[in-house]
Amino acid sequence: MDVDSSQTRMVDVLLANQEKLLARWAEILLASDAGQGTAEETRQELAEIFGALQRSMSDADESAQGELRAMLAELSRSRARRGATPTQTAISVFALKDAVYELVASAAELVPEFLVFSRMVDDLGLFTFQTYAAAREQVIADQAEAMLELSTPVVRLWDGIIAVPLIGTLDSARTQLVMEKMLDALVTEGAEHAVIDITGVPTVDTEVAQHLLKTVMAARLLGAECTISGIRPQIAHTIVSLGIEFGDIATKATLADALGHALKQSGLKVGPA
Amino acid sequence: MDRVPILKIEGILFVSIQVDLQDDTVLQLQEDLADELSATGAHGVIIDITAVEIVDSFIGRMLTTIGSISRMFDAETVLVGMRPAVAITLTELGLSLRGVRTALNAEKGLRLLAARDG
Repeated sequence: MDVDSSQTRMVDVLLANQEKLLARWAEILLASDAGQGTAEETRQELAEIFGALQRSMSDADESAQGELRAMLAELSRSRARRGATPTQTAISVFALKDAVYELVASAAELVPEFLVFSRMVDDLGLFTFQTYAAAREQVIADQAEAMLELSTPVVRLWDGIIAVPLIGTLDSARTQLVMEKMLDALVTEGAEHAVIDITGVPTVDTEVAQHLLKTVMAARLLGAECTISGIRPQIAHTIVSLGIEFGDIATKATLADALGHALKQSGLKVGPA
Repeated sequence: MDRVPILKIEGILFVSIQVDLQDDTVLQLQEDLADELSATGAHGVIIDITAVEIVDSFIGRMLTTIGSISRMFDAETVLVGMRPAVAITLTELGLSLRGVRTALNAEKGLRLLAARDG
């Protein structure tokens, strides 16, 4: 028995029992709480997938296969975005197997056909799961990017003085973004001083220090001077223990000290009114 | 080959680079600048690189060389208008342009030279 002929016979069986199968499929899904939409929506969704499945089984054409996959991908993507669990998503497809099994359980001559069909449904289920995982990863990547944008503000402290308060762990990607945003701000504001405040940076290791030094060097090339502020006692201790040299870069304990330093450098003085 | 013009304004040589920097363009500029410094006795050089979008290590090194040559004639070199992307590239290349001063724009560069002459 070859796969093609068994598929044709399976399609006949599926077609003959279409109404019953669809109803049962929807029933299993709704009972398992995997269909997140309303019962009516779920039925319609399943009917579409069922139609595409039939076409892809009876048609050797690649396009029917592609259509089915696109449909399943859409299903798992929408489930992923709605926050359904992987099991709930995969069960949407696997429930069909249960429905068909109940149908052929009484007909022993259909068992080989069912096995072939079952393998195909397994493939589709795996595909759904794969798309689900990809969609979730996409969501995570989008959030990470949004967080990156949110966490790197550049604020203007005074005419010609800008500050970059850094909060959270610094990695290469983030430092790169901070560097670009700070340099752009220096140019657009025409600022000659920048204060990099690291009060919110939990740890400073050699890599982070290297990133900070690079940022300061790049700012110097533009003709601007940088001050690093917000160095907490533990961090000062770590920096010294690691033997990191900040060279001639000005470092201050607090943002206020750094602002005072920058004002002095610009020849400005703040006093009582 | 493009040639970069050198303008003399009140004891300062003003070089505005508006073309894509080729290696031979920079070498030519270096020679022209040395000739001009020796002929005019200028005390400052301002190089405007606002229009320069791409640099490589060779050009980075040439800028340092120009700074050193100017120093021979007791002139200070100020590089003005560097784009952030260029600054990042130079830093990644590990070039800190020693001996060359930098300013955000030509006006600030002029002020820097004026402050030096006191």
